[in-house]
Amino acid sequence: MADHMKRFRQTLGESLRERGVSRRGFLKYCTATASMMALPPTMVPAVAAALEKAKRPSVIWLSFQECTGCTESITRSHSPSLENLIFDHISLDYHHTLQVASGDAAEAAREAAMHENEGKYLVVVDGSIPLGNPGFSTIAGISNLQMMEETVAGAAAVIAVGSCAAFGGLPQANPNPTGAASVSDIVHDKPVVNVSGCPPIPTVITGVLAHFLTFGSLPELDALGRPMVFYGQSIHDRCYRRPFYDKGLFAETFDDEGARKGWCLYRLGCKGPMAYNACATTKWNQGVSWPVESGHGCLGCSEPDFWDAGGFYNALSIPDSDIIRNAGIVTAAGVALGAAAGALNRSTRAKAAAKHETVTIDDLDRKS
Amino acid sequence: MTTPTDFLLWVRGPGFDIALVVFILGVIIRLLEVLVLGRKHDYSEPRGGELGPGLKTVVTRTLPETGSFKRAPFTVIGGYIWHIGFFISLFLFVPHIELINATLGLSWPGIASNLVDAVAAVTIVTLIAMLFSRLTHPVKRYLSGPEDYLTWLVTFLPMLTGYLAYHRMIDPYPLVLGLHILSVEVLMIVFPFTKLMHAFTFFIARWYNGAMSGRRGVQS
Amino acid sequence: MQKLQDIAVRVESKDVPLNHSNATPILHEIHHALQRLATQQETTTIDLRAIPFGPGDEEDLLNRLGTGEVQIELDSLGTSKLWETAFSGVWIIDHRNAEGERVALQIEVTRVPEIIQTHPDDVTDSLQLLDNQLNPNRTETSGLREE
Repeated sequence: MADHMKRFRQTLGESLRERGVSRRGFLKYCTATASMMALPPTMVPAVAAALEKAKRPSVIWLSFQECTGCTESITRSHSPSLENLIFDHISLDYHHTLQVASGDAAEAAREAAMHENEGKYLVVVDGSIPLGNPGFSTIAGISNLQMMEETVAGAAAVIAVGSCAAFGGLPQANPNPTGAASVSDIVHDKPVVNVSGCPPIPTVITGVLAHFLTFGSLPELDALGRPMVFYGQSIHDRCYRRPFYDKGLFAETFDDEGARKGWCLYRLGCKGPMAYNACATTKWNQGVSWPVESGHGCLGCSEPDFWDAGGFYNALSIPDSDIIRNAGIVTAAGVALGAAAGALNRSTRAKAAAKHETVTIDDLDRKS
Repeated sequence: MTTPTDFLLWVRGPGFDIALVVFILGVIIRLLEVLVLGRKHDYSEPRGGELGPGLKTVVTRTLPETGSFKRAPFTVIGGYIWHIGFFISLFLFVPHIELINATLGLSWPGIASNLVDAVAAVTIVTLIAMLFSRLTHPVKRYLSGPEDYLTWLVTFLPMLTGYLAYHRMIDPYPLVLGLHILSVEVLMIVFPFTKLMHAFTFFIARWYNGAMSGRRGVQS
Repeated sequence: MQKLQDIAVRVESKDVPLNHSNATPILHEIHHALQRLATQQETTTIDLRAIPFGPGDEEDLLNRLGTGEVQIELDSLGTSKLWETAFSGVWIIDHRNAEGERVALQIEVTRVPEIIQTHPDDVTDSLQLLDNQLNPNRTETSGLREE
């Protein structure tokens, strides 16, 4: 524990030097960190200067109505690795899936971290919060809502990791049986950063944490509270298949010739045009590939309500109903109604003609 | 209707169904009303055929009459530009062809999206210029009623929202895409009950003019 | 509504392109960077992680740049490889972590990559170190001689 506290008071530069990391190693580290934060290479010196003096923030990670996919994702982070992250970037003081302690000991660690770092610690939340009934999801007998409210009270900021925490996600999908709410539905008095995705890209999660460590502030956010550097451009606009969309070349089936030639997956329901995420450049599995490269359309998992957006395999703008059938019925009805209206007009005309009295010169003479 | 996605789902689901019903019903009823009524039988002896001159007139009236072109070149050229631009944007933009293919099974080649983008920009500017001319030209202004401004608006909005959606100028994307689809639905609903019906009736009117002249043996 | 099972899977493997021609614009960017290096001594770094490459594009770019006569291995926080491409002044920097996973891939258009140049503080440190070795009994701490 003493060692832990010493490490906590050290700056990152001191901590790395103590572990025998050379200046070149530090520069390499800063290069990788800047790249991960999606900063231009010209920012490396600024990152190095900031990291040299940076102090690891205490992080409390709360998992609510979630599937642990977001934690699985962050354990796949390779730059920095989870070990680097925990040793160098943050002091992860509570994460009930990753920590050894459990039960009262774990809760004591959370309370100690809150007490020692009052006003300075970061809260990471994954999972949505059930408002329907506090008993739907509890940890150590404490309801999710209560735990979040008391933990967030002394926090510097909250990072909502994953689409459940950011927007309600799957638990909130229609008909939302637990009354699931997102972090920003509940927290209004602290800055909230939404790192959406199901799960978010590993290095995007660590990138946001690294940004806080490096600059001591939160990154610039978009209208949905997501960091602009990662969520600033749509999948569609950054997609290597995009030129084929513009040319009207579409894959008709999975893995057909077109799909393999890199043609656009729009017809197979790709949600790239509505999804904002870094998949097209950062990719997954250490840059190996990403869904669209593997031949499957984007699900739009970083967007609110992606689960209820009308089917993963339906193109975004195509109406759901059976247009031909509806149009057929309506056309038949239209013909019937039109014919009736026409007949009515004809009869009106015929009646008018029948009522028409012929006027002769004599009649006119008589009247005048 | 709480989120932009809900809104998008509504406009492309129930909203589209409503618009489609009103559009098809309205167009068919109005066309049949005209056609079933018929015209009085012409007992005079025909001096020429009806079919040829009728068809010819449908095509020839597409070109402006030299007199009106000389009197109002701006109105004529502007009218051409925006009509052609509107058709290119509607029928040659790849996502629109995709929509038609997915719903009706009809497909044809489109043109590059950035080309459509340029055409759409020209069309939008032309429509604005046409409105400006309508508002400032004393005769046009005198001739214009509320319906003219309504039809201008419902034609303009799909172009504008389409442009905004393509360039993602409104966030989030489902909202601007939903607004675009909604604007088209408004156009579909207004269409049968306004002079926008000319898109269907101009064939009949031109045909009748040509056929009538043909029967009388005069040039239309 | 279209469902997953409604979309057929057809496997064909002929005529699949080896890349998506995204290397060419990067080569043009490198061309501009070389011009700046030649005329204004200005160095450029391109982060390849920020480029939306399709499959095969990265390999295509690296192949087209080729390999020159200098290859460097940097052993610090994992083994990084740096090499000059067939185009002098264009360097590839491939940073790997201790597990051999790539943490950054950059192109640096420069005479010598910055990370290779010895840091001035390291020079003074090494002077001190060598000084200590040559004069193990001397108590004076600084190896720097004030003129």
